[in-house]
Amino acid sequence: MADIKFMKGNEALAEAAIRAGMHAYFGYPITPQSEVVEYLAREEPKHKYVLLQAESEVASANMLYGASGAGARVMTTTSSPGYSLMQEAVSYIACAELPTVFANVQRGGPGLGTIQASQGDYFQAVKGGGHGDYRNIVLAPNSVQEMVDLTVLAFDLADKYRAPALILSDGAIGQMMEKVVLPEQRPYRPPSDYRKEKPWATMGKTADRERNVITSLNIQSEQMEKVNIRLQAKYKEIEEKEVRFEAYHADDAEIVIVAYGVSSRITKKVVDLARAEKLKVGLVRPITLWPFPKKKLDELAKKPSVKFFLSVEMSCGQMVEDVQLVSNGRKPVHFYGRQGGIIPTAEEVLDVIKKHLKEK
Amino acid sequence: MKEGYELIYQKPSTLLPRRMHYCPGCLHSTLHKLIMEVVEEMGIKEKTIGVSPVGCSVFAYDYMDVDMQQAAHGRAAALATAIKRMHPDKYVFSYQGDGDLAAIGTAETIHACNRGENFTFFFVNNGIYGMTGGQMAPTTLEGQKTSTSPYGRDPKKVGQPLKMAEMVSQLAGVAYSERLSLNTPGNVRKGKKAIRKAFEMQQQGLGTTFLEFASNCPSGWKCSPVESLGWIEKQMSPYFPLGVFKDVTTGVEKCSCADKQAK
Ligand SMILES: Cc1ncc(C[n+]2csc(CCOP(=O)(O)OP(=O)(O)O)c2C)c(N)n1
Repeated sequence: MADIKFMKGNEALAEAAIRAGMHAYFGYPITPQSEVVEYLAREEPKHKYVLLQAESEVASANMLYGASGAGARVMTTTSSPGYSLMQEAVSYIACAELPTVFANVQRGGPGLGTIQASQGDYFQAVKGGGHGDYRNIVLAPNSVQEMVDLTVLAFDLADKYRAPALILSDGAIGQMMEKVVLPEQRPYRPPSDYRKEKPWATMGKTADRERNVITSLNIQSEQMEKVNIRLQAKYKEIEEKEVRFEAYHADDAEIVIVAYGVSSRITKKVVDLARAEKLKVGLVRPITLWPFPKKKLDELAKKPSVKFFLSVEMSCGQMVEDVQLVSNGRKPVHFYGRQGGIIPTAEEVLDVIKKHLKEK
Repeated sequence: MKEGYELIYQKPSTLLPRRMHYCPGCLHSTLHKLIMEVVEEMGIKEKTIGVSPVGCSVFAYDYMDVDMQQAAHGRAAALATAIKRMHPDKYVFSYQGDGDLAAIGTAETIHACNRGENFTFFFVNNGIYGMTGGQMAPTTLEGQKTSTSPYGRDPKKVGQPLKMAEMVSQLAGVAYSERLSLNTPGNVRKGKKAIRKAFEMQQQGLGTTFLEFASNCPSGWKCSPVESLGWIEKQMSPYFPLGVFKDVTTGVEKCSCADKQAK
C-alpha cells in the first residue's frame, strides 16, 4: 500500500534521506531549512544514522568529505549563506570524487539578505561555486513530492558518479505543505558493509589491497591535468545520460517559458491562462539544472513557429544566460524576474509576454 | 642482510620504503616513524585511518602505509570526527601543523575536543608556517623573526602565541593532553610512549586524546638541524612547557576549568 503523507517540503526531504539509507547528516541551522535537522533530530532514536549539529557549515561540509571518504552515504542541508561557506569542501569533494548530497534551500541575497524564497544561487550551483574546474549534479524540485523523489535520486546519482549532487530548492518549496507518496525504507547496512561497492574508501586497509588515499592534492602538473581530463570525461557522460526536464505544451508553443523550482509552478499557470486566451505559450522546466536540457531547448530554437524564449526566475537573471547560450542568437531570449523573496504572479508574467508580443 | 651482521634497527613495516621530502633535520619524519612503529607494535595497521591536512605533512599519506585522507587547510578535525563516527571500531588520527590546527582550523579543533571526539590529534608545533616558506604562525614566539614578522613577533599587534595543549585540556571532552618534544633521545622515547597511550585510550573510548609536539623547522628558522634542537630546549620550552596537562586515567588536571573553580 502506498505510504501517503501530508508534509512540509523540508521534512519530506529529511524523510526521503532516511529512506534512501543515509548513514550520516552533518549540518548547521539556517532559515528557511532548519526543519530538516530538526526533523532528523526528532526521528533519530528510531534509526541508525549519525546526526551531528556541527560548529559551522565549513565544518559540516568537511565532515561530509570525511564520512563519504570512509564509505558512508551522507547529506547536509543549508540555505544560501551557508552554502557559500561550504564551497571549499564542495571543490575538494569534486576533485577527490566523493559521493555526497547537498541541499541548498535558497533564500534571497546577496549578503545576509532575506529569509524569503529566492533563486539567486543558480550561478553558484550550476557554474561551480568553489575554485577549479568542476561541476555539480544540480536537481531542482518544484513540489514536495519532488523534494522526496529528487533527494533519493541525488543519493543514487552521487554514488553512481562519485560526485557531489546538489538539491537546489528554495524557501517556498521548503516551507509549503503538500501530499507526498513516500518510498519504501531501504534496509540499513552499516558503512563498513560497503567495502565491495566502494573499494576506494578508507575503512582500514585490509591485507588484500594497497592502502587507500582520499586526496585532492595533485602537485605535479601532469597529474593535475590527468585528473581534470578524467573529471571532464565523467561530466560529459553525465551530460549525455542524466538530463531531466518537464515539457508542458512546449511542442506547439510560439512562446517558450523556461523556469525551474517555485517559478515553474507559477509559469505553469501562465501557460494555462495564456492558452485560455488562445496564446500558444509553453513551458520547459529543467529538473536537472546541470546537466541543462540543452537538446530540448535547441530543438525548440530551431522551430520556425517559436517566436521567443522567456526565462522566469526569482533572481536578477541567471539561468537566462544558459538559455541564451542554447538559442545562440536564433531566437530572442527575454527575462522576467522578481527579487528579494517576491514570487511573481501568473498575471504579471502573462502581461510581460503580451508586451513582448506587441514589440514584434 | 650480509652474513655476520645482526639487524638491530629498521623502519617499521608500516612505513613505506620511500625517501621523504622533508628538509634535513625536520622532526616530521621522526614523528611519522614513531606513530607507525606504534601502529605496527599494536598490530592495528588494518584498523587505522589517518588524516593529513594542508601543511608540510600533507604528504604523510605517501609514507604511512595505512588508509589516509587528505584534508583542506584546517579541516582535519572535521574529517576525523566523521571518519571515527562512521567507523567507531577503528583508530583514527589527525596529524596537523600549527597554522592548520591553531589558526585556520581553530574552530574545528576546539569543537572536536569539546565533543570529546574519540580520535587522536598529533599536533606539530614548529612555531612557523613551513610549507608556505616560513611565515608567522599562531605559535610563533614573542620576538621571533619570520618572513611576515621580519622585526620579530609583536604581541601588541598580533597577540601572544597560543598554548593549545593547555587550552584544550580545559575542555571536558578531552581525556588526555600532553606536550612533548622529539629533540633528545629521551624525549623521543617519551613521545612514543605517549602515542601508544593515546591509541590505547582511544580504544577504551575515553574521549579526545591530544598530543602536542614542540617541534622544529630548520629551513624556516634558518638554522642548522642541531641548532634547531637546542632552540626547542632554550627558546620554546620556557613558553611551551613539556608535560601532561590532563590525563583522565591518572587524574592529572593542571589547567582546571573556570566553572569547576567556581563550585
Ligand atoms: C585555504 C588555504 N589557505 C592558505 C593555504 C596556504 N598554506 C598551505 S600550508 C600553510 C601553512 C602550513 O603551516 P602549518 O600548518 O604550521 O604546517 P607546517 O607546514 O609548518 O608543517 C598555508 C598557509 C592553503 N593551502 N589553503
